[in-house]
Amino acid sequence: MADTAPTTQSSRRLRFERIPMRRIILIVLSISIIYGVVAGSTATLRAGVFTAEDWQSLFINGLARGSVYALIAIGYTLVYGILFMINFAHGEVFMAGVYTAYFVAVAFAGNGFLNSNPLLAIAILLLVSMTVSVFIAVVLERLAYRPLRGAPRLVPLITAIGASFFLQYTFRGLYGANVRAYPNIEILDGKWTVFGIQMLKTQGIVIVAAVVLWILLYLFVARTKTGRSMRAVGEDREIASLMGINVDRTIVATFAIGGALAGAAGILYVFLFNQVIFTMGFLPGIKAFTAAVLGGIGSITGAALGGLLLGILEAVGPNLFLTGAEIPSPNQLQPVIAFGVLVLVLIFLPGGFVGASEEKRA
Amino acid sequence: MRKNSSLGRLVLLLLVFALVAAACGDDSSDTTTAATTGGGDDGGSAAEAACDADPFGCVEVGDGEAITIGTLLVISGPNASLGQDSQNGVVMAADKLDGTFDGTNGELLGRAIAFNHQDDGCSAEGGQAGAQALAADPSTVGVIGTSCSSAALGVADTILSDQGIAIISPSNTGPALTEASQHQEFYLRTAHNDKLQGAAVAKFAYNELGARSAATIHDGSPYADGLQAVFADTFEALGGTITVREAIQVQETDFTSVLTSIGADSPDVLYFPIFAAEGGLITQQARQTDGLADTTLIGSDGMLSADYVAAAGDAVEGVYLSGPDLSAFTGDQDFYEGEFKTSYLELWGGEPAAAFHAHSYDAANMLFDAIKEVAIDEDGTLYIPRTALKDALFATSGVQGITGTLNCNDLGDCQSTATIAVYQVVGGNYDSSNPVYSEVASLDG
Repeated sequence: MADTAPTTQSSRRLRFERIPMRRIILIVLSISIIYGVVAGSTATLRAGVFTAEDWQSLFINGLARGSVYALIAIGYTLVYGILFMINFAHGEVFMAGVYTAYFVAVAFAGNGFLNSNPLLAIAILLLVSMTVSVFIAVVLERLAYRPLRGAPRLVPLITAIGASFFLQYTFRGLYGANVRAYPNIEILDGKWTVFGIQMLKTQGIVIVAAVVLWILLYLFVARTKTGRSMRAVGEDREIASLMGINVDRTIVATFAIGGALAGAAGILYVFLFNQVIFTMGFLPGIKAFTAAVLGGIGSITGAALGGLLLGILEAVGPNLFLTGAEIPSPNQLQPVIAFGVLVLVLIFLPGGFVGASEEKRA
Repeated sequence: MRKNSSLGRLVLLLLVFALVAAACGDDSSDTTTAATTGGGDDGGSAAEAACDADPFGCVEVGDGEAITIGTLLVISGPNASLGQDSQNGVVMAADKLDGTFDGTNGELLGRAIAFNHQDDGCSAEGGQAGAQALAADPSTVGVIGTSCSSAALGVADTILSDQGIAIISPSNTGPALTEASQHQEFYLRTAHNDKLQGAAVAKFAYNELGARSAATIHDGSPYADGLQAVFADTFEALGGTITVREAIQVQETDFTSVLTSIGADSPDVLYFPIFAAEGGLITQQARQTDGLADTTLIGSDGMLSADYVAAAGDAVEGVYLSGPDLSAFTGDQDFYEGEFKTSYLELWGGEPAAAFHAHSYDAANMLFDAIKEVAIDEDGTLYIPRTALKDALFATSGVQGITGTLNCNDLGDCQSTATIAVYQVVGGNYDSSNPVYSEVASLDG
């Protein structure tokens, strides 16, 4: 039994390779999709339903939510770059931090500190959120993943899904099942006009903060000793350990950095959406994972690009591609567009935009 | 060697499974025979005759055993406050059986009431899991549920009807549930039908607010989709224009692209009869959308809850919410405003978080009355024939509940006439005793 399985599999693979039909169908399919997109967009723009300001605000909005996806995506990509596993519980790491910070925010709002000293208050919220997320990420690595490091790849993957549910319902037990609105921070109200483009203050802050965090991370991975050992462990764990790198500590550092970025992303997320609930990590987690794959999993540049692209597609896509085609309720198809693009990208660029082989794995 | 031992273990495992399965099988077949044949040795008794005649047999409640009532309400997730509020209403009905709200259940026909609380998850999947759990328990006499139409339609209503278990919903308002083509035999509801609510909101928007254009958003659930469809039809019939009908995905958080697309036409009214989490976000984001600056926001009873008001934050000011008119219950108003609400506050430590506690209280009382009517007490055992119980429920007519007079029609609508109100959020909350608009609507007229 065990001996025959691989041969049938490889012969099946060979047979597929001999038939170029599959490839042709895929290409025809993608050409028709691209045609549909172009035709739909032209029709929408001709109809002139939306003004230039509308498009600008949709685009800015896409950038803002894409920035959040990008920050979460970095957590997926860093872990993948080193351990070659998908940490599906990363969405819950994101939720844990921001949900815990909610209680601090409510206390601050209660005694007026939030609006009398907003910058300090936001800094404390960031710190709380990042600390909790780092803590959860590190504990997760220690308890759920480290014991399975030698196991086949599927095992930690399934464990990650289990850990994801475990964390979700732990926090449901701790904090309750209700939706809660983050208290309003007055200095974040209102709009800015940058180069003639109007944006909400929150959107501007989120985009800038994400860029700053991304640059810091890039410098960290490229310049510091820990960053170098992270790359070395990603290249080859055994040789890295022979060279005197503490592999365990490097892996913990990777989880901690991913957690810190997820914690920060959480605070940026509530700037945009103002709401927490125990299930809030799931969808952003899945989307960030998609963004990481879109950009090329294992690459931090890829995660950033993938996140932004996904955000923009979600925000602009349905209105641009589908309104002109007179499809009813186009925005319900938002995920279809986002994941449709993922499929197209993977057909033509199987490694994502920044293939893992091209760039040094983070 | 190793292979052999693992094979051995597999065989052992299979054997254990087989044994367990056999044990379970025996168990259930025992209860079915007991349930269908009725008494046993006392042949020819009234109870046995009634149970034999009933296609679904009887529920037997032995001496000293409790009568089991199931609830299938949303008690987890983002809509938990809706279901918890209804569940509180059901428990209070049992509490009141001894004449007082004292935190302990009263007795029905000399038996205690036991609850089997299940979660409908506000989804088809949740409704299926919960309904199967209740249907699998042969002691389930009747079920109060579901909270959400999506958990009932084609799922809980079908599963429970197939087992001959009566299900009464306190808050399903989706019109499809009581359409002749889809109605399930054992399904009833004390909630109003959205044919009434959607039309009332449309009249309010057109006549009272003077709105001439409106856009709608639904979330793909039968509840929201049904409601917006009735609203749109009525609004157009009155002479208004529907600019666009949009839809969103549940659990999404960013609705700015939907709102921008709606804002392109700057409608007078945006009607989004969805639930608390997404409703809260839409409220916040609509306030930031330029095209919607002068648009009036209207939601319905899925958002008529403390959760929605909290989720929407400061943006909630001025929003209109429709729902049952709690201030105009034609039923026992003094009882509701006085004893009921005071006891609710005492027992659950807070004001009602949603609008359907009264409907579930009425639903539970309907079920208790029907049980009293059809149960046969013989030699200390209580026999409740299932089909007769259902027939007694459908025959409910002219009964004074706190939500009004209950008259169940053939399709299970027990509120064939209902008073629908529209409330406005002022100063961070809506006042359920002071609606801005109220109308009496009837399914027949």
